[in-house]
Amino acid sequence: MGREVSKSSNTVIVCRCNDVTADEIRKAIEMGIDDFELLRKYLRLGFGPCQGRSCIMIAARMFARATGRGLDEVLLNYKVRPPIVPISARYFIKGVKS
Amino acid sequence: MIGKCSSCFMIVNGVPNTKTCREPVADGLVVERQRGWVSPPAEQVDLGNVENYEVETDVLVVGGGPSGLSAALKVAEYGYNVLVVDEHFRLGGQLLKQTHKFFGNVELFGGMRGFQIAEEYIKKIGSNEKIKTLTQSVVYGVFRGGVVGVSGKNAHYVVKPKAVIGSTGATERYLDFINNDLPGVIGAGGAQTIMNEYGVRPGDSALVVGSGNVGIIISYQLLQAGVRVKAVVEILPEVGGWFVHAAKIRRYGIPILLQHTLKAVYGNGKVSEAEVVAVDNNFNPVPGTEKRFEVDLVLLAIGLEPDNRFFAQCGAAMKWSPDLGGLVPLRTLDLETSVKNLYVAGDASGIEEATTAIIEGQIAALSIVSKLSDGSRASKAEEEMEKLIRFLWDEYRASPVLARARRGKQLVTVSREEMEKIRSVNPPPVSFG
Repeated sequence: MGREVSKSSNTVIVCRCNDVTADEIRKAIEMGIDDFELLRKYLRLGFGPCQGRSCIMIAARMFARATGRGLDEVLLNYKVRPPIVPISARYFIKGVKS
Repeated sequence: MIGKCSSCFMIVNGVPNTKTCREPVADGLVVERQRGWVSPPAEQVDLGNVENYEVETDVLVVGGGPSGLSAALKVAEYGYNVLVVDEHFRLGGQLLKQTHKFFGNVELFGGMRGFQIAEEYIKKIGSNEKIKTLTQSVVYGVFRGGVVGVSGKNAHYVVKPKAVIGSTGATERYLDFINNDLPGVIGAGGAQTIMNEYGVRPGDSALVVGSGNVGIIISYQLLQAGVRVKAVVEILPEVGGWFVHAAKIRRYGIPILLQHTLKAVYGNGKVSEAEVVAVDNNFNPVPGTEKRFEVDLVLLAIGLEPDNRFFAQCGAAMKWSPDLGGLVPLRTLDLETSVKNLYVAGDASGIEEATTAIIEGQIAALSIVSKLSDGSRASKAEEEMEKLIRFLWDEYRASPVLARARRGKQLVTVSREEMEKIRSVNPPPVSFG
């Protein structure tokens, strides 16, 4: 959604909101990112409107496999802040009259 | 597409990121495709005003599926107020799209179809003055003092509950394969929404990935809707679903390809072909075994993950459980988490099925009711709860088809003493009551 992925490129999308691909995740791990939260921040994985509901587990499994760690350890610092789902700004600010 | 992911996001009436799977059709509704970069905002958007309400309730139920609705009815039966919040425009959760019959005894809806159970619940809840419901509303967070924020249709609610039952359900698993964001790839739950709830045929011919109960049942429902099912693909060496369901689709000649996985889908703008490949005993693809199917629909029925975001924000102690589909809150036998007066029930407590979700909802409700009451009402609730706990663990879950879920749930259930220890070592930032 953020970036337009070309139709013929045969990519594997992991984060559908921000179009993060499996290749990008692999490259980031090879580059030396050894913390899952850092990986998420670097790639903005799960930072889109669905807040990681589709991608976090795929990425966590890839990361666990690549680093030889258990999923328990990878997800140790899993933190969620409100709003836990995307909601309209209108609940917090007054309507704008144009 | 069971209302939790982003795969159906479109621009509706100028608002991007709208979940179209939950958006009712209305006159004059303008729906646009959302892809790539957006145009600059043409004018200021009038957000409209929102009414603010403060609500006090005995029990807040987050999610109106089978566990949430059974919990609400049980709370009301004992005379307490309950507020049910659900994202969808209709209560019932996944029951709404279940057209197959339930097993088991009549008391637990045996012989009824899922949507009929939802209808019965909705009727009972509508006529119960102790139960208030907010549909198309979302619990978006918990705040200081244990108050809960709810964004409603045109209103904002700040809810102060004495106890909360988190029956948030689950999200569908997604799979990494080539071109996996091509339109035509959808979750099995999404297909059920389109077919069984809205009465629309999702495609002409399909490949189903996953042979668990969901994959098998959806294959049969696709046949009923006139969709040709080319094959069901299963990565494991055996069929995951129950024999009765699998036998049904085998009778219709649908091949179940064991030890196979989806490698890629191809098509111009939408799926027209799917490529599967055999895997070895370590799940690695075997080169040269690729097969292609001409399909316009690829359904992912590869399992569900508990929706744990509400519990994670509350700071409930959690544990990773492969048997239960993901990260779930630790709980006592009566389903209280490490956050005081926050309960978990249904698929959020670990993926199982609708009947156990219903029972769990009732157990959580009875535990809360027994705490809020005294005298004979408290002991009556406690007795009823003990009976249900025994039935759930010793009878219902004794069935071999629930062995895996039972084992998973055993591993995340702790005694009250252990829970107190967890609370003192890892004090949650919030509590209710």
